[in-house]
Amino acid sequence: MELFVFYFIATVTVGSALAVVFTRRAVYSALWLIVCFGSIAALFIQMEAFFLGAIQIIVYAGAIMVLFLFVIMLLDPKTEVFQSRRQGLLIAVLTPLVIYLAAVLWRASVASPVETGSLSTAGGIEPLAKALFREYLLPFELTSILILVAVLGAIVLAKPHPQE
Amino acid sequence: MVPTSHYLILGALLFAIGSFGVIFRRNAITMFMCVELMLNAVNLTLVAYSRSLNQVDGQIFVIFVMVVAAAEAAVGLAIIVVLRKRKGTLDVDQIDSMKW
Repeated sequence: MELFVFYFIATVTVGSALAVVFTRRAVYSALWLIVCFGSIAALFIQMEAFFLGAIQIIVYAGAIMVLFLFVIMLLDPKTEVFQSRRQGLLIAVLTPLVIYLAAVLWRASVASPVETGSLSTAGGIEPLAKALFREYLLPFELTSILILVAVLGAIVLAKPHPQE
Repeated sequence: MVPTSHYLILGALLFAIGSFGVIFRRNAITMFMCVELMLNAVNLTLVAYSRSLNQVDGQIFVIFVMVVAAAEAAVGLAIIVVLRKRKGTLDVDQIDSMKW
């Protein structure tokens, strides 16, 4: 049953990811990406990472994708046409991708006996908070500087410059 | 319990689809969305290993990746807005002033 649920969610995830790449219009790509993020959140919840599933929906599917949709509607990009001169490149890129996937499949099949049973506590918020505010306190505080710099950078970039 | 290898393969698939999109799409915003897809594939792998190794550290990394992704989205979208204003296009083939 659990495996069946996994396959269902995985199909939705891969299908919506393919739709993101192959849809011509950017708005539809963004909407499919929200479906993809939602199903990844479902996978997090299935792996008992409940908190991550929640912030995946709140931060990714909520905040970041709303930002994307805002920009898309602001800029109104034209429907994109695939150029025929890139067909040769298609083979050149697909080959390494296939090799990469094969390598990962092989590694996964070799490395699978790492399993250490189901964990009941690691998915909850308490061990996560303990690790985040003790061992990872310094990186956690440093991310606030990162966000501050990002906000300042976005404002400086988007501000109209008078000399033009 | 679903084996960890399943999640790893799914993560690899999503990463491959995302990198394919970054290389093939010519629209700057769509390329950017494919980068977000690749970040999510890595997140999925990190959580799968976190569950498999029974350690919480992988989930902490995922939180940091999300923070960096949010900051990156803010700055990147600002750059795209400025690009559109100055060049009048989002086609990355036409934005080539830094190309050698």
